[in-house]
Amino acid sequence: MSRRLRLWILTVGGLGFALLFTAACLRLPDFGGNSHPYGDRAVGAALAHHTANVVSAVNFDQRAFDTLGEETILFAAVLGTVVLLRQTPDERQVRPTPAQISVPIRRYALTMLPVTLLVGLYVVVHGQLSPGGGFQGGVVAATALHLLYIGADYRALERIRPVGLYEVGDAVGEGVYLVLGIAGLLGGSAFLANTLIPYGTFNTLASGGFVPLLNAAVGMEVACAVVVLLAGFLDQAVEIEKEAGT
Amino acid sequence: MMSVLPYLIAGWIFLVGCYGLATSRHLVHAVGCLTVCQSSTYVLLLSVGYRDGGTAPVFSDLKPGSRPLVDPVVQALALTDVVVGATITALLLALVVQVAKRHGTLDPDELSELRG
Repeated sequence: MSRRLRLWILTVGGLGFALLFTAACLRLPDFGGNSHPYGDRAVGAALAHHTANVVSAVNFDQRAFDTLGEETILFAAVLGTVVLLRQTPDERQVRPTPAQISVPIRRYALTMLPVTLLVGLYVVVHGQLSPGGGFQGGVVAATALHLLYIGADYRALERIRPVGLYEVGDAVGEGVYLVLGIAGLLGGSAFLANTLIPYGTFNTLASGGFVPLLNAAVGMEVACAVVVLLAGFLDQAVEIEKEAGT
Repeated sequence: MMSVLPYLIAGWIFLVGCYGLATSRHLVHAVGCLTVCQSSTYVLLLSVGYRDGGTAPVFSDLKPGSRPLVDPVVQALALTDVVVGATITALLLALVVQVAKRHGTLDPDELSELRG
């Protein structure tokens, strides 16, 4: 297909979309309106289960089953990336050469590493209380480890990052989520139902029933998944190169 | 007009992403355009959930019932969207790495023929 023809098709499709979408928007409730029936009910349900962060309550209590699906997408995508980025027979691994890093960058990265790691864990643990949760905190914690790549070099990062262990952690996070769901099925009322453990005191760390536990499982999975993903890409960039003469 | 403008902006972002996808000459650029398309859904979701004068649906420093809240359901959906989007981007970039290795080019127009 020539570029010209493609642009024409795009214009027709785009115009059609624009017309239909605008017509649909004009029939939507006004922006900023006061009618949010689902939102109001979600807030009520979160308060009933003593969860201060309503978004976490929606994700890990009311829609916990959907979050299992989301987690599984993450797991499958990581699996696919690991398979795609594996070392092929015509490639070999080279030892990355240590690079010279300027002192301020090294100092900044090594100071920020523990701070960032702590922030990540804080965000995971307080997911049921304040903005954040397993997904967000997991990414922050995984990023913290990679400050070592910026502040030292790739071999230092590899020492604190045995990829096999993080692959296991990824699977364990997913498994724990399932096990908690089955526990809800056996001991409570339904799969992933938040009825098994007491809801605790509102706005304290141990509130929300299953929400903090599911949050921690997701945090573990996301942190490990991001580490494994970045390891795949960094290996490609730093360590793996084509065999000479092929 | 103000009452539908945020929705229309979401549609506009989607179209910009589609235009980029269709005219892309580099696969990494195409993956970036797909991310632009996807971010239109964040804008749409969050504007559907907005309430005038509303604040975040988080009660760690807010007394329940003291202020109007924005819709937490669409915020949770946007979170799902972000996570899935990020992982799919990673998967697509891994595919791009493989394409670059096997075919030696990243221009989608040069990839039209299948090779064994």
